[in-house]
Amino acid sequence: MNAGRVALAVFVAFLVAAPFLLSEFYVTLMNYIGLAALVTLGLVLLTGVAGLMSFGQQAFVGIGAYATGVFTTLYAGSPWLGLVTGLVLTALIALALGLVTVRLSGHYLPICTIAWGIAVYFLFGNLEVLGRYNGLGGIPAITLFGWKIDSGRESYVLIWLATLAALLAARNLLDSRAGRAVRALRFRATMAESFGIDTAQLKLVIFVYAALLAGLSGWLYAHFLRFLSPGAFNVNIGIEYLFMAVVGGASQVWGAVIGASVLTLLKEWLKDILPKFFEQSGNYEVIVFGLLMLPLLHRARDGLMPVFARLGRRTRDRTAPPQAAAALARRARPAAGEALLRLEGACKNFGGLAAVRGLSFEMKTGEILGLIGPNGAGKSTLFNLVTGVLAADGGEIRVRGARVESMPARRIARLGVARTFQHVNLVGSMSVLENVAIGAHLRGARGTVAAMLRLERDEERRLLHEAARQVERVGLGAHFADASASLPLGQQRLVEIARALAADPVLLLLDEPAAGLRYQEKQALAELLRKLRVEGISILLVEHDMDFVMGLVDRLVVMDFGEKIAEGLPRDIQANPAVVEAYLGGIE
Amino acid sequence: MTTDIFLWLTQDGVTNGAIYALLALALLLVFTVTRVIFVPQGEFITFAALSLSLLEAGRTPGTIYILMIAGLAAAAIEAFGALRERAWRRLPRIVLLYVVLPVAVAALVAWAAPRRFDQWIQALLVLAMVVPLGPILYRVAYQPLANASVLVLFIVSMAVHYVLTGLSLVFFGGEGLRSRAFWDAKFKLGVVEISAQSIWVVAASVALILALWFLFERSIYGKALRATAMNRVGARLVGIPIVMMGHLSFLLAAFIGAVSGILIAPITTLYYDTGFLIGLKGFVGAILGGMGSYPLAALGSLVVGLLESFSSFWASAFKEVIVFTLIIPMLAWLSLRSHHVEEEEE
Repeated sequence: MNAGRVALAVFVAFLVAAPFLLSEFYVTLMNYIGLAALVTLGLVLLTGVAGLMSFGQQAFVGIGAYATGVFTTLYAGSPWLGLVTGLVLTALIALALGLVTVRLSGHYLPICTIAWGIAVYFLFGNLEVLGRYNGLGGIPAITLFGWKIDSGRESYVLIWLATLAALLAARNLLDSRAGRAVRALRFRATMAESFGIDTAQLKLVIFVYAALLAGLSGWLYAHFLRFLSPGAFNVNIGIEYLFMAVVGGASQVWGAVIGASVLTLLKEWLKDILPKFFEQSGNYEVIVFGLLMLPLLHRARDGLMPVFARLGRRTRDRTAPPQAAAALARRARPAAGEALLRLEGACKNFGGLAAVRGLSFEMKTGEILGLIGPNGAGKSTLFNLVTGVLAADGGEIRVRGARVESMPARRIARLGVARTFQHVNLVGSMSVLENVAIGAHLRGARGTVAAMLRLERDEERRLLHEAARQVERVGLGAHFADASASLPLGQQRLVEIARALAADPVLLLLDEPAAGLRYQEKQALAELLRKLRVEGISILLVEHDMDFVMGLVDRLVVMDFGEKIAEGLPRDIQANPAVVEAYLGGIE
Repeated sequence: MTTDIFLWLTQDGVTNGAIYALLALALLLVFTVTRVIFVPQGEFITFAALSLSLLEAGRTPGTIYILMIAGLAAAAIEAFGALRERAWRRLPRIVLLYVVLPVAVAALVAWAAPRRFDQWIQALLVLAMVVPLGPILYRVAYQPLANASVLVLFIVSMAVHYVLTGLSLVFFGGEGLRSRAFWDAKFKLGVVEISAQSIWVVAASVALILALWFLFERSIYGKALRATAMNRVGARLVGIPIVMMGHLSFLLAAFIGAVSGILIAPITTLYYDTGFLIGLKGFVGAILGGMGSYPLAALGSLVVGLLESFSSFWASAFKEVIVFTLIIPMLAWLSLRSHHVEEEEE
């Protein structure tokens, strides 16, 4: 048993013992902590993991609470149907808000959620049916199989069961196919799209999930307190939820509990002592909260969770490869010699600069085609056009006959196109194995819900097994568990190649794969690429190391100033006067 | 609705819209130059408006304590840095800028307050108290994080907003205040009566907007600000001091916030936390303008002002709901035009 599990066991033991040991006051406080932890957990996934930010979670709590409040008092409905009503309403509203913001820059979502949080607060305060600012009372207790949950201690059981379940589900999610995609959203969205992940949709899913957790918290709150008033859902509460996520450590699931505990207890304590210093009452604790956040953001942006994590460092041996599993299905290979990639007059302009102009060439299955040219010739732009990272301004690009020049990257990935990036594009905090498994994203299908419930373990084993196979293939078998950011740059490039291979590509685009490799490593890489060609994988290669290129490729395309200046066999290209001039400069 | 009411609501809307336009410009300026979503802008409004009302009543506004506290915090941070680098020669400047200056302003205000000078002098005193808060806040809260992501800076803004609202409560208390009009004449224009205060607000806003335009187009500092807004790295490479641009944009934001506060003080009753909502309406205006263009932001703010004024007539309880919900269709429209994949810098 390792330290992390001991910590978890101690925590659960404390939760079980708490209602027997603590006074009513502290049980109530624990209830508030649990309710806040639920909301904060949503923010951890949203902000810390996916890189989205919301200051409006209190509005979703409010909707969940008022929905059940109205449903159970006005219509005398069952609290359980009230829960369904609240969650459906929350999901619909979150979906609408998410749809209008997920495609915009990161700061629009927080501004939108503040504005909308204010609107909802005033709505709560002015709607007759919600009791206006006087509030809504007489909300019934929840009954579960004849057990009426109408005391603080009984609510405690329900609240903490829900919170623990949500925490475990979130932990399961992050350790899965869907979770890896979520973890790539924040800093590596372009890469994620290139491997078939619909980042906008995934952001939406996470936003709706966070809203549902808030809605659930609202439902529990309504039936625990049995009374609702708008004050519990004002903007400040929303800001405090986000502070909780920051204090706990926004990238860690358990940070939600730590943040919620620290701020809830601190607030209670401050409300007790601060009024003694001032003549009139008021929420003076906001000053302390603000002053607490500033040094935290300046000095320790990861919050308190890393401090706890150090206490319970994992001792599990993770250098062993994942257990064997059935191989994933492979896609049908095109016949050798079949037209694979075809460009007809492809163009791309950046403002007045024509990065690629009127480029045409063709590539057949089973070929290794080298793309060379001086710096700034447009090679990487061409890669981005073929893989859909950029949309072409003109011309035609076909992959296996399908026109792709205005297809998004994630759909081109489905055609069997995989790439590496010139600037290494790995999720630094994830292990080598997990990074490579992102490449196999499209070869799995199980989504977020299955991952939370651990119903996808069979597929997960097969994905990780495939990833491990590719990691070994590029010679990094000793580094499965290393954080990718800890590897030297040359090896990170190999991880990029392994990730592309995990996608089971028919066309592999490699952007300077040999840069940063030592001589032997280059030899091994060339050997690997030849082997891939035998297996029917075609390779489009950008590389500056001419020895590497000339000994490997079947044909070459040479670019300069966005245009093709030569095409042919390596030895012909070496003798081509236009190419020599482009590289060495002409004689004026 | 009669023509009278229509014109009256329009006048009301344009007056408020002019103030929101000023705020939207300041928010846009700060955002483009420093990438900070400057939520605490609202507190400058509160501080200025409440200080003016208190000065009128012959009382010393608590703003002087806020200024001195913030100054001491900045001085402590600067001095700590200087001592660690053993740069003793920086100390006198630090003390002068962050300790002597705030204390001098505080002393001046404390001396002037019971003497009830002319309203114009009181307005100048308000500016002297509030404007230095801008650069000081930048120094204390934002400068250490100048390269952090937009989202981290946003959380910092919320923390600063928290501290300032709390201080506002401590030093101004919970009561609402409204100041005298600068000019309480009324003009008859056909059937409608126009208050001189409205004319004065609109004129002041327009003048300030024009002044800003001249600053950006004609002065070297304005051009440096624009360059920083366009490309921070590029601006630094050509020798524009980025930190100074941060200070300058916060100085302008504080100035605009203070002027807005002075303008709005006679129009509405303000409480210690009212500024937050007013500032956010500036944001709504800026977003309606697409968060990128100054003239469109001003136009968007005018729409906010008018919408607010007319909805207070038809559905006064839902005034705020309507104004703040307005942002959603606008974002939907922006969203339809956007296709890029967003990711953060690590």
